[in-house]
Amino acid sequence: MAVGESRVSQSFDIEARLKAALAPIEPPEELSLRMESRLGTLVELAADELEAWELSSLRDPRNWPRAALRPAAAVVVGAGAGAGLVVLRTRRRRHKRRAQAHGALDLAERTLRDVAREALRVFEDAAPRR
Amino acid sequence: MATDAERAGEAAAVDKQRLDADFTSLYKTHLRDVYSYSYYRVGNHHDAEDLTEQTFLQAYRHFERAQRESKGRPLRPWLIRIAHNLAANYYRDRSRRPQTAIDDADTLVATHTTEALVQDRDDLKRILECVQQLPDDRREALIMRFALGMDNREIARALGRTDGATKVLLHRAIRQLEELVKNAENGSG
Repeated sequence: MAVGESRVSQSFDIEARLKAALAPIEPPEELSLRMESRLGTLVELAADELEAWELSSLRDPRNWPRAALRPAAAVVVGAGAGAGLVVLRTRRRRHKRRAQAHGALDLAERTLRDVAREALRVFEDAAPRR
Repeated sequence: MATDAERAGEAAAVDKQRLDADFTSLYKTHLRDVYSYSYYRVGNHHDAEDLTEQTFLQAYRHFERAQRESKGRPLRPWLIRIAHNLAANYYRDRSRRPQTAIDDADTLVATHTTEALVQDRDDLKRILECVQQLPDDRREALIMRFALGMDNREIARALGRTDGATKVLLHRAIRQLEELVKNAENGSG
């Protein structure tokens, strides 16, 4: 009877028994050492690979135009956008200039002054803040 | 003055160092989890070591992406999922079945903690034998819960299921195991 009762209570405590049966297992010391050594080798290999890739990338003449073209292309695109902005802002003031100008020469002078002023503003906006 | 290529190289090296340090930390924290999971899946130390090694090597290869995509969530489910997939390949490739419990229950008793040593040796063996009879997904969920102490959400991520489905899976696994243990005890008594 007592044995039967014990079994019944054991069955209901299945989670505790499972926890005891499926206890975590410590990995063998040799595995930890082997893994650390292997991972260390991998890390070194990856670092060497990265370094080799950078050097080969710089040594390979095929990469030179790309390396040089990227900043050049950025300058061209940036300059184009800046010029467009200057034209746009100068055009916006054309009616005011015409109204104020005394003749064609004066209008041309005022237009040039506006272009210079807008170019300076765009340049100042684009320059990095210090 | 450093060129763009040099600066990019330095940044890549710093990123790599940080990534390696993070991986080392992950490895140290979860080596026991991966080993325990592997051991309960394959049932012997030799293959468990092999599986653990392969898991971390594969994890290392994909660590950067996993870290990026985890968005700060724990990476243990991801690691266990790798071990789970490798274990599935292990059985498929070598046409083997897990040996846990029946052959190795004695070894398991020896590796368990002092607290577990006071448990009845036969009881421990019986439980492991019954765990072995469960369907694969139920057995795995129990290993993750009881050997690794993973919560429902972690198990769900490791098994690629929803939290709700995982809760049901665990509940059914425990109920089925309870039945198996009762039957085994009645049979042996």
